Amino acid sequence: MHTKTYLFSLALSATSLMCFAQANISPAKKQSKTIAITGATIHVGNGTVIENGTILFGNGKIISVTANGQVPQDDVMRIVATGKHIYPGFIAATTNLGLTEIEAVKATLDFQEIGDFNSHIRSIVAYNTDSKVPATLRSNGVLMAQPTPQGGTVSGSSSVVQLDAWNWEDAALKTDDAMHMTWPVTPRFRGGFGGFGRPQQSPESLAERTQAAIAQLTSFFAEAKAYSEMGKPEVINTRFEAMKKVFAGNEKLFIAAESQKDIVAAVNFAKKFGITPVITGADEAYLIIDFLKENNITLVVKQPHALPNNNDDDVNMPYKNAAILANAGLNVVLSIDGYWQQRNLPFMAGTVTAWGLDKEKALSTITLNAAKAMGVDKTTGSIETGKDATFFISAGDALDMRTNKVEQAFIQGRDINLDNLHKQLDKKFSDKYTAEKK
Amino acid sequence: MKKILLAIGLVISTTFLFAQQTSFPVNGSFDTRPGMFAFTNATIVVNANQTLTNATLLVKGQTIQGVGAGLAVPKGYVVIDLKGKFVYPSLIDAFTSYGLSETPAQQRGFGGQRQSIFVSTKKGAYGWNESIRPETYVKSIFSTDSKKADELRKVGFGSVNVINRDGIARGVSAAVTLNEGADNSVFLKDQTAANYSFNKGTSSNDYPTSLMGSIALLRQTYYDAQWYGKQKDEYNISLDEFGKQQTIPQIFEVDGWQNILRADKIGKEFGKKYIIKSTGDEYQRINEVKATGASLIIPLTFPKAYDVEDPAEARNVTLSQMKGWELAPTNPASLEKAGIKFALTAFGLENSRDFWANIRTAIENGLTEKQALQSVTEIPASLLGISDKVGSLEKGKVANFLISSDNLFKNGNIIFENWVQGKRFIVNKMDVSDVRGTYNLNVDGIGALTLKITGTGGGSTAAIERTGVDSVKTTATFTRNGDWISINFNLKKNPKGDVRLSGYITSANPVTIKGESALADGTTGKFTATYKEAAKETPKKEEPKTTLALGPVIYPFSAFGSTELPKQETVLIKNGTVWTNEKDGILQNADVLLENGKIKAVGKNLSASGAKVIDATGKHVTAGIIDEHSHIAGAGGINEGAQSVSAEVRVADILNSEDVNIYRQLAGGVTTSQILHGSANPIGGQSQLIKLRWGKSPEELKFAGADGFIKFALGENVKQSNFGTGARFPVTRMGVEQTFVDEFTRAKEYEKALSVKGNSVRKDLELDAIVEILNNKRFITCHSYVQSEINMLIHVADSLGFKINTFTHILEGYKVADKMKAHGIAGSTFSDWWAYKNEVAEAIPYNGKIMHNVGVTTAFNSDDAEMARHLNQEAGKSVLYGNVPEEDAFKFVTLNPAKMLHIDDKVGSLKAGKDADVVIWTANPLSIYARAEKTFVDGIAYWDIEKDAQVIKTQQAEKARLIQKMLESKSKGGRTQRPLGDAPRLYNCETLENYSAELTEKEHAH
Repeated sequence: MHTKTYLFSLALSATSLMCFAQANISPAKKQSKTIAITGATIHVGNGTVIENGTILFGNGKIISVTANGQVPQDDVMRIVATGKHIYPGFIAATTNLGLTEIEAVKATLDFQEIGDFNSHIRSIVAYNTDSKVPATLRSNGVLMAQPTPQGGTVSGSSSVVQLDAWNWEDAALKTDDAMHMTWPVTPRFRGGFGGFGRPQQSPESLAERTQAAIAQLTSFFAEAKAYSEMGKPEVINTRFEAMKKVFAGNEKLFIAAESQKDIVAAVNFAKKFGITPVITGADEAYLIIDFLKENNITLVVKQPHALPNNNDDDVNMPYKNAAILANAGLNVVLSIDGYWQQRNLPFMAGTVTAWGLDKEKALSTITLNAAKAMGVDKTTGSIETGKDATFFISAGDALDMRTNKVEQAFIQGRDINLDNLHKQLDKKFSDKYTAEKK
Repeated sequence: MKKILLAIGLVISTTFLFAQQTSFPVNGSFDTRPGMFAFTNATIVVNANQTLTNATLLVKGQTIQGVGAGLAVPKGYVVIDLKGKFVYPSLIDAFTSYGLSETPAQQRGFGGQRQSIFVSTKKGAYGWNESIRPETYVKSIFSTDSKKADELRKVGFGSVNVINRDGIARGVSAAVTLNEGADNSVFLKDQTAANYSFNKGTSSNDYPTSLMGSIALLRQTYYDAQWYGKQKDEYNISLDEFGKQQTIPQIFEVDGWQNILRADKIGKEFGKKYIIKSTGDEYQRINEVKATGASLIIPLTFPKAYDVEDPAEARNVTLSQMKGWELAPTNPASLEKAGIKFALTAFGLENSRDFWANIRTAIENGLTEKQALQSVTEIPASLLGISDKVGSLEKGKVANFLISSDNLFKNGNIIFENWVQGKRFIVNKMDVSDVRGTYNLNVDGIGALTLKITGTGGGSTAAIERTGVDSVKTTATFTRNGDWISINFNLKKNPKGDVRLSGYITSANPVTIKGESALADGTTGKFTATYKEAAKETPKKEEPKTTLALGPVIYPFSAFGSTELPKQETVLIKNGTVWTNEKDGILQNADVLLENGKIKAVGKNLSASGAKVIDATGKHVTAGIIDEHSHIAGAGGINEGAQSVSAEVRVADILNSEDVNIYRQLAGGVTTSQILHGSANPIGGQSQLIKLRWGKSPEELKFAGADGFIKFALGENVKQSNFGTGARFPVTRMGVEQTFVDEFTRAKEYEKALSVKGNSVRKDLELDAIVEILNNKRFITCHSYVQSEINMLIHVADSLGFKINTFTHILEGYKVADKMKAHGIAGSTFSDWWAYKNEVAEAIPYNGKIMHNVGVTTAFNSDDAEMARHLNQEAGKSVLYGNVPEEDAFKFVTLNPAKMLHIDDKVGSLKAGKDADVVIWTANPLSIYARAEKTFVDGIAYWDIEKDAQVIKTQQAEKARLIQKMLESKSKGGRTQRPLGDAPRLYNCETLENYSAELTEKEHAH
């Protein structure tokens, strides 16, 4: 182990969290009038682009998406967006957004429960709609997220939320969309856990530990599955109860696995229980593309702004990774570690574009592909008739920081406030200096 | 009482008595023998340069009386005929801990947490830091160890240097023989060397936590010892001893060639020439190692092959690990070729029996036998100053010698005896009769069989064969004790079960063995084996001596290293969009000419004969990116945070040229980085500015002629909000202020005291650095977050008369931009980081824009090995957050950091005369779509995306070759280890390491 500790990782003292501005940013009102946005380049999210398109939406739903500058009937509110771009709201997959406010302050950490098999843990109830973070994401186009619990072997259920809500009930697009777990692994590096101050563990004992964890996991699933087939169990087991939806196919199973061996093991494990899992992390997925295709596996990959895993890897591998997988025909979702970092999600898709993936396909990795992985693609993820009117208008290419300029955003048809704490503080102090100059 | 005094006198005295006088009493009658032996007819290797055949060695007592051919054997000598045998001087190991009790494992808190033990807890009038323990004398703590001595003697060692491997200054080692007897009877020299390392060992003090701290502490100790001799205020055994030990040889234990260079640098500073014990990777930078002029002590620890049968697992093994496996055995040869003086040690071998196998491997890899012999005899003797006693076989020297069957280095050679101080130790029995051969074997109840005895030492293995009915061939277990021989075998049937024969040699010529037989069913009888003919050894296929195909050494010795570094060229970059960062702004369709490492010209329609022309049509050409805040390319920890002030530590001491992040960042267009100390304490260490010259040595990375900087820090890290015991001052922002006030106040007093003629002020490296700040010779980069603390430091600086050069991180710079501007303080911040701790709750991405608009010189930095790969796009975020004009935005990562670092006369813009640090981008560099195609540093294309693709291919081929070679090695029975990669080591401001603990751990992890 690298005998290193991050100074902020051991937040021992519970500092009380101070409250700052932003109290005046209210969730937007329900869409009252049908709106038509005309003249924009519509990036649908499914890989296609509509030039000079028109989006008509009412009651929070998209009524129609048409090309060639068709102008709808009279009784609508019109927004002319000529020369601008419209994108479906970006979706931040597997994030602890809303589950933490300040990484180093223990009191604000609500994403990692203790225990190994926490299938009963649900992120939605801890999702904090009053967090200052979501507003800073919206202004870059991130309008939805999947707050996800972490830790243990089975971490619990995520939910899909939209980022403009009074409380978590309002926010929920889909509660308990996916169960999350981490495939037990043996450390690959010298040192490993065991690490400093404790006796070094031999590779054999580490491997044994991994095997034991896998055995426990297998029996947890086997017993949970049997339990789910019982009519009325004598004793209620809340952990097993929570697994019922997973076996019934009503909740997805996300498994974090990195190495090719672990990914194969994880997929085969899930298949034994009749589940097609979504694999997250998936660092070495590019080595087993055929296997993943055969098994129709969706991948939630990490941000391209990452260092290569191995010293010897192509220095640009993290940039190229998603393109390699997506170009091979896999359903790829891009994610970013963390919560405040999610405002960079569009630029991750931009990076993937720079390194080999078609721009519209790159867009899909943070929109429609994500919606599919979470099972919300019927209602969101792309700008298509019948879906939620959750999208935004940018003056330029939203996948590039140079041109991302979100001017207006709608969540389920509601014209949301794009202000945030940062803009407010910017204004407060810019005004100070301007005033002093005068 | 007298006797005891005498005994002590003996131990302390430097001359040792090898006559048979003793002060020790005997319980019973004395048994004093003449101890005279004559070894005749031997091939005597007097030393590596002189071999006598058919010669005689005379030994009396502990001393050699004579060596020579045709030497008459005086009366009274016991004659030992060594016809056909060899005599060598016994080997000397210059680096052992023989005879010392194991040092207890470091007592540390869980998880390497510091314990806030600020000064020594050792009893006695010693120095403040437990890792400086020159008061340790091996002569006072040594005790012979029969078991270990036996093990070493069996290998062939006759004497060793004993080092107490604990601490940074470790005290004085002693040379002893491996004889048995009273502790005082084995000493060759009681003070061979003063010993050092970078590992604080068992010291319970927190300081130093890092390699740079170890170096600083040692450096300060040299000064303290100099001061100690001239002062009267302090009594301090440690400093006294340290000073006294400067005249004897100095041995420095390090790990790896980079630490050889580091130790050597300290040595040069204080006029010391260390003998350096390293770890055997010197071949990776042989020229640099040679340039130190140091003599070395080198182990024979060669890595085992990695078990690469599973390709998925094999992926974990790095190129440098693979190449290290292949090339480590070439290290001794490489040192010899370079003309470096070195001794070989058995230290670090998993099993001391591997010594000969490994030395042979080294010889197969080019080490000459002559050098090998010198490196285990004369050289260690001369390094330790015991050449007058051991290392060669000459009259008057100690009778330490080996009797062997053959040339010592020949495979199959047997060491028969190892004589130490004239005392005989039998390793293998010398005069065993040779019973190898094929025998007619007759066993009662079985009948005629054939017995074949083969192997070493006159016979060590046996096989049984029956021809005709029930024909069978089987191996037998063969044991021999002098003339007594027993053989067990199993013929499977007729009879079933084990057959046991036990008998003795009845006739020597021809050999006949007779004795009793016992069958599995209990019947007993007799057996006779009669010599028939010489055994035909199954003709061992002589491995055709393939000339060893070895891969080349690459620089750095890691992935993306190359055998030859890219060269400086004259390059004409044509027709690009050129971001000059000068008055000209962004030029369309313009050219940039690079020559002799400098920018020769920027403009339109340039031409240059002989220049390599690069078409940059559709591309963007910019100055190289400068990262104002980086922690790459460092070794052994980036924080020395055990004390609230560590101004004495220097990043310059710990540069690591092999860090792959140098290459990775070149791929992101970075050409210059300021490597900063971390932020664990208010006053950190001295920074080092580097250029990313991938492949060059650590010293060559340094940015020549740049001003010195130092890291300061404020806020949560320095008050240890989120780590530590909370016992180190300060723990509040109030205390942080007083830390600065106190330090600068003391520095002023120190400077004043120093200015007095004839003063005896103790040189204090920590205060020296602060005085430099006060004199505008060193500049501050201060890690800072919230406005109150920023304001505070500005006030402290004003009141104590120093300047703050740069606030780094400075995420609330936007709240105090006017004050910064008024004081001429620059701000180097993150583009968009926030929320990771409480003090960044109000960090905003508009920070850069506001500071810039107010007129503060503004930069974006990384503090992160990953982010540094796309600082251009971080700059692009200032367009997103605040509409900073693109030209200005790009200066955030080029010209502005150059200004902060006082190097804008050399780098940061494209202007004739400046360094040719240039990047060619595929698109507008602020865009997410921009990729760096080429990155030049000093006109050398260290990053070239096309060349990179080739390098990857070459590297894959090289790995494939090495994997094949490892598989072959395994199938031939070579030992393997599990493929585990080296974990990536990434530092940021907040990384805390425990360097010494890691070193110790690494040693135990073998």
